[in-house]
Amino acid sequence: MTVAQRVPLVEMRGINVSFGGVHAVQDVSIDLFEGEVMGIVGGNGAGKSTLMRALSGARKADSGEILIDGEVRSISSPRDAKAYNIETIYQTLALADNIDAPANMFLGRELSTRSGTLDDSAMEDQTRRVMARINPNFKNFTSPVKSLSGGQRQAIAIARAIHFNAKILIMDEPTAALGPAETEQVREQIRRLKTEGVGIFLISHDIHDVFDLSDRISVMYHGRIVDTVNKGDITPDEVLGMIILGKRPEEATQKELAQLELGG
Amino acid sequence: MTDAAGALSPESQAGTTQLRGFRALEVDLRLFGMVAALVAILVGFGIATGGRFLSPVNLMNLTVQSISVAIIATGMTLIIVSRNIDLSVGSIVGVVGMAQVLLMTQIIPNAIGYEHPATWIIALVAGVLIGGLIGAFPGGIIAYVGVPSFVVTLGGLLAWRGVTFGITQGVTIAPVDPVFRLLGGGPRGSIGGTASWIVGIVICVAVIALLVYNRRRRRQFGFALRPRWAEAALGVVGCAIVLGLIYIANSYLWPPALARQWSQQTGLPIPEGGIQSGIAWPVLVLLAVTLVMTFIATRRRFGRYVFAIGGNPEAAELAGIDTRWTIMKTFILIGLLCGLSAAITAARIDGATLDLGAGYELYVIAACVIGGTSFAGGIGTIPGAVLGALVMAALSYGLSFIGLVGPIQDVVAGIVLVTAVGFDTVNRRRTG
Repeated sequence: MTVAQRVPLVEMRGINVSFGGVHAVQDVSIDLFEGEVMGIVGGNGAGKSTLMRALSGARKADSGEILIDGEVRSISSPRDAKAYNIETIYQTLALADNIDAPANMFLGRELSTRSGTLDDSAMEDQTRRVMARINPNFKNFTSPVKSLSGGQRQAIAIARAIHFNAKILIMDEPTAALGPAETEQVREQIRRLKTEGVGIFLISHDIHDVFDLSDRISVMYHGRIVDTVNKGDITPDEVLGMIILGKRPEEATQKELAQLELGG
Repeated sequence: MTDAAGALSPESQAGTTQLRGFRALEVDLRLFGMVAALVAILVGFGIATGGRFLSPVNLMNLTVQSISVAIIATGMTLIIVSRNIDLSVGSIVGVVGMAQVLLMTQIIPNAIGYEHPATWIIALVAGVLIGGLIGAFPGGIIAYVGVPSFVVTLGGLLAWRGVTFGITQGVTIAPVDPVFRLLGGGPRGSIGGTASWIVGIVICVAVIALLVYNRRRRRQFGFALRPRWAEAALGVVGCAIVLGLIYIANSYLWPPALARQWSQQTGLPIPEGGIQSGIAWPVLVLLAVTLVMTFIATRRRFGRYVFAIGGNPEAAELAGIDTRWTIMKTFILIGLLCGLSAAITAARIDGATLDLGAGYELYVIAACVIGGTSFAGGIGTIPGAVLGALVMAALSYGLSFIGLVGPIQDVVAGIVLVTAVGFDTVNRRRTG
């Protein structure tokens, strides 16, 4: 089976996003297949997060099309994205610090009793089950999440994204705040989700993370995609060169590459 | 230590084991502290006056005095929790109170006749609805246009007071309908001894039922339970407090002159030992409002969303919550509560004056803040706000009782406000 015959889970075509006069994302096209991890890399301000926010509904794209399972869809709010099973783990984690883990996990999708009240017991119960899989050390289900460690907070954000049967998962720097052991737990999660057929956009600063987990890698530079390549067709150094120079390896001049060697 | 997730604080382990000692009661310490402060104020004034301050009539009066503020404070809590403010509540009370009295003195009599039995309910319901409509207006501007609530409601503070003046050209209008007047409290506006005991018993049954239900629910999911003695203690103490308060309310007897007048009107003899007032109607209204608002704040999605917005507005938005509609609803809600509060205030003074509700915004906000609501957003409780209103009323009533009136009262109120919040801030910083 060739790639051309499969319908991508997501296809973003000609996406533009600008803030005031700044073109944060310019004419970007990208796709993602079932069970695939697409790494998105680039320097600060390259437009990675902005592109993904257009898909997660956090900020509507100014122009361009988003296709889900081959059909053009309009995503203008986080609710729209969730309706298409697009879940996002934001870099900021997007947790409400003043409420507890179950309340955060079910925020916007609370379970109700038959009389229409919040079913906190059922939500706590389900949160305990999910957490047992993601982070067995997680025991604090009743304190505001403000009092939890970075790793525990991250676990809640991850649990929230995977509990609602995500088909498309956006992970923006999922391991940035974590220690080595927790990072390994997250990697394990990514591998498991992949085998379950979930498509994952993985934004990361860590080239090694990206190389370890991704099937394909998209490099962004100043709001544009420099190139999207299969992991097997490129080396980490070449990706680094693309991130810094904003050019494909074959486009870079000898002088630029030499400078890169010196600088690196 | 690299595995931060594996490092458990003592608190996080507490979730899985049974708590011991006082903590087993799982009593909200902040609320407990407020109750203690209230009791201390009452006892303090009691000692200063040789016990005279603690007579049932004083306790009744100071409670009824706090109610107009307390009712609005329950709504203001949600507004402040969601990082907004409403400065227009006093002016809304003014305009709605004026509208209600106008309905009773002119509009309803002209439409369906004088002393029609439905007069009071039409005026009350219409007033509450007018309040809600008035609240929807700034709510919409704040939520959908994005103008800061401080500015919008500051405009409301000025504008609605002007409207109140415009309606009557500054004339006081009176009186209110006789049934409507019951909302103002006093001996006549109370439900009587027997009914009060019934209310007390109903509350006790509800408290016990709630404890049992929660325990059953937690056991069903295998969560940690309070020890049996703690559940029993909560039930017994809760019921004792309720019945004790009823006893105090019932020991307030109708003044002899009023009782004689009543006896002459009805032809009935005055019962042995006098006529017990019992719980005042406005106290029942406040009780109902507190229960409903607590239910909304803690058991309904809307309340959860208000708190989430206050904790992290962006996270609430990203979670798919309709944050704008939620904010607008908080302002509609406080408008409705202003309508109810206006009814009680107008009933108490038996009419509507130009300055009805003037200055309420400050007392309401102070009640919320004393009750533990944080201006940083995301933190606050409805019972706390009600207790805050009671603390303020107890202070001002107590000060005037010992002869300190006017300016000194305001100075004390200001000092208490800052001190209470100061303590709270330091305490919060210490405990995280």
